[in-house]
Amino acid sequence: MDNLHFLFAAFAAMWIVLFSYLMRLNRRTGELGRQLEELELKLLEQKGDSPDS
Amino acid sequence: MRSTSFSYLIFATMLIALGAIFLWVPTEQEMGIIQRIFYFHVPSAICAFIAFFLVFVGSVQYLRTREDKWDRLALCAAELGVVFGLIVLISGPLWAKPVWGVYWRWEPRLTSMLITFTIYAAYLMVRDYGAHSTQAPRLGAVFGILAFVNVPLVYYSVDLWAADQQLHPPRNVELAPAMLYTKWICYAAFFLLLLRLLAQRMELARIETAVARLRQKLSDEV
Repeated sequence: MDNLHFLFAAFAAMWIVLFSYLMRLNRRTGELGRQLEELELKLLEQKGDSPDS
Repeated sequence: MRSTSFSYLIFATMLIALGAIFLWVPTEQEMGIIQRIFYFHVPSAICAFIAFFLVFVGSVQYLRTREDKWDRLALCAAELGVVFGLIVLISGPLWAKPVWGVYWRWEPRLTSMLITFTIYAAYLMVRDYGAHSTQAPRLGAVFGILAFVNVPLVYYSVDLWAADQQLHPPRNVELAPAMLYTKWICYAAFFLLLLRLLAQRMELARIETAVARLRQKLSDEV
């Protein structure tokens, strides 16, 4: 049982790396959502400016 | 299979793998409890190799067809290869310290893995810096093909260099049946995780490309 802390550290590191990556993906998804909202607003503005509207 | 069902499958396989690692498989006699790192160190390395192979496939296919989906596959797989490679490079030294007495030794497998990891990390940096360049996918594809040369070197490094320079055991070490089953369960769990992460990352990359194109189209129209 002497080396339990090494096993724990390696196991914890694995999950920390995986969760950090998942959080990074989540952040990017959130950023994309914001960009989409911005584009929707621009589209609405363009439609409002066009002579057909 | 729907992505939610697939996620549940991964969760279940991971739970079975954890149960097998910590509750079922017998402790290895020479190394003791620390040997259990093997059950996620080796599957992580295999996942990194699979991801690097997908970078190679995506790069070759991109150069052949010039279709964006292959470039996206290469880029997303490289990212995952680096993630799994990082797990290997962290868990390896933590396993080495109690067994070899040192965290790191410049022996063939460790050194070649570190070089490969660095090359793919550089690939991601190059892609990031040239994200808006039209040349980036083509240059990335050439980089992705050349980088793959290192992967067989890592895998066969225990055979290619003299035995007195090695600290890693030879390939295909015989395992007791319980250890073998646990190893295969862990391979399955990690492989499913790799597939799920790759699918999610590729979907994200597809939406990113679509948003960038829409943005370009809108700015052209103004």
